[in-house]
Amino acid sequence: MTFPACTDIENPLEDISSTSQSEQPDSHKDSVVDTEFSRRTFVKTTGILSAALATGLPQLATAQDGHAAAASTPHTMSLTLKVNGTSRALTLDTRTTLLDALRETLALTGSKKGCDHGQCGACTVLVDGRRINSCLTLAVTADGAEITTIEGLAKGDTLHPVQAAFFDHDAFQCGYCTPGQICSAVALLNEHKHGALSAVSFETGSTTKPELTDNEIRERMSGNICRCAAYPNIVAAVRAASKGATA
Amino acid sequence: MNPFNYQRATAPDQAVKAVSASGAKFLGGGTNLVDLMKYNVEHPTTLIDVTHIPFDQIAVNSTNAVIGAGVRNSDLANHEGIRTNYPLLSHALLSGASAQLRNMATTGGNLMQRTRCYYFMDTAFPACNKRTPGSGCAAIHGFNRIHAILGASNECIAVNPSDMSVALAALDATVHVTGPNGKRSIPIGDFHRLPGTTPQLDTNLKPDELITAVELPASKFAKHSYYLKVRDRQSYAFALVSVAAGLEMDGNTIQSAGLALGGVAHKPWRSPEAEKFLVGTIVSPDAFRKAADLAVAGAVPRSDNAFKIELAKQSIVRALTLAAQGVQA
Repeated sequence: MTFPACTDIENPLEDISSTSQSEQPDSHKDSVVDTEFSRRTFVKTTGILSAALATGLPQLATAQDGHAAAASTPHTMSLTLKVNGTSRALTLDTRTTLLDALRETLALTGSKKGCDHGQCGACTVLVDGRRINSCLTLAVTADGAEITTIEGLAKGDTLHPVQAAFFDHDAFQCGYCTPGQICSAVALLNEHKHGALSAVSFETGSTTKPELTDNEIRERMSGNICRCAAYPNIVAAVRAASKGATA
Repeated sequence: MNPFNYQRATAPDQAVKAVSASGAKFLGGGTNLVDLMKYNVEHPTTLIDVTHIPFDQIAVNSTNAVIGAGVRNSDLANHEGIRTNYPLLSHALLSGASAQLRNMATTGGNLMQRTRCYYFMDTAFPACNKRTPGSGCAAIHGFNRIHAILGASNECIAVNPSDMSVALAALDATVHVTGPNGKRSIPIGDFHRLPGTTPQLDTNLKPDELITAVELPASKFAKHSYYLKVRDRQSYAFALVSVAAGLEMDGNTIQSAGLALGGVAHKPWRSPEAEKFLVGTIVSPDAFRKAADLAVAGAVPRSDNAFKIELAKQSIVRALTLAAQGVQA
């Protein structure tokens, strides 16, 4: 099994590959292709290559667009992301999404890349306390914002109440969508506490402080798809967390 | 995605000046534009981020409501004055997308949403007059289940995907814009375009004009309105058909009506004929069926979407019935 060397990738992605290599165990440091190629290394390497394709290598973009050579020159910007309470100064290609910055540059791989088009919710994080899709958020637009990812919810070894509820209610199977589901549910409870409505509130005529019924939870969590269909347990976990929060 | 320069604007005139550069576009919440850039459908060389312009205010009083173009969809839907006086708008907004996307999307950006026609979104299909003028329309003889039944042309049968804009049409909104030649106001009915021979143009907004606010006239439908959205799944999907219905009632008699459809045309499809017919009528299933016939008159089905005609009629009757009952108030 051979993989293209990361150095084949154009300049804008070199930072990403070097960051990722530095996260690997020492034995893997010198070469991505290794006889003891771990699953994580495999995932990370293919992830980098997929990211490269998704971002669009400059030469591909130029060929397809027919833009002048100048249009294919990457633009980089310096910015600061305050992630889980820590300020991180970064210099990124303007095309970098917040999701890619978190995963590939800051090595916070809890937030997941599912569809990469705002259709699945696996990338959900909190920006200034509000849930958003980090895959459709350009990192440069989050300059100076407070970002909370799944890694920032627990306090030391004490799980966030929503994390604990997901654990107690077995609200997952494969777990890939779970970080997004949990971040989304944390925001949901906060929105509900502040009286936010959903489409269901209007359909049921409960437009003043609607009770968080199962139908309300399903509607408010509809931006997070679970391919394993663990929905009944996800609803149960959110319901339990909501009761705990108000007790 | 092609490389691009990123700039933050903090004032409307600054943004308008910056967007005059070749290949520049405004960036709002990015939920649609960034997605289309990933698909290589849009390839701006400069993005002017307009979310730092301080037009994120909402002012509601007895004569009108003024909504800043930068107000996020979730904030607009949950604003006390909007929720109370214009529940139709809140209901429509909350029927669209997901909580995450509504937290990102702006009022101005929602008005500028582009179609979700599969053929427009996928550059593997060379024919799309909206993406590449003159290249043809792959949808007309393709899989066109989600496409237009009203106001389409032989050049394009795409539909506008917005829920918010359908409510704005029924509420008779006005869009305020600013550009190099100053400010102007565009009635919502003239903001979006029918495809005609120029489907590449979604709206009558000029490329160097910036939406600054949306204005609503005094609320008439606060007690009797309903936004009905029919789609392939219960949540987080675009409308096959949607109906924004608002009624001003005196007992069982309709004093005035606002009626617009989504998912059926290249723009929110408001029906002045149906609205006019409803004035002075007594609430009844027959009256609502007649209004539905008027609203969908002239519909032209394609190979896969004939079901939308009956679906639209039934949806109109249901939305008007629920509006008359005042279930939303």
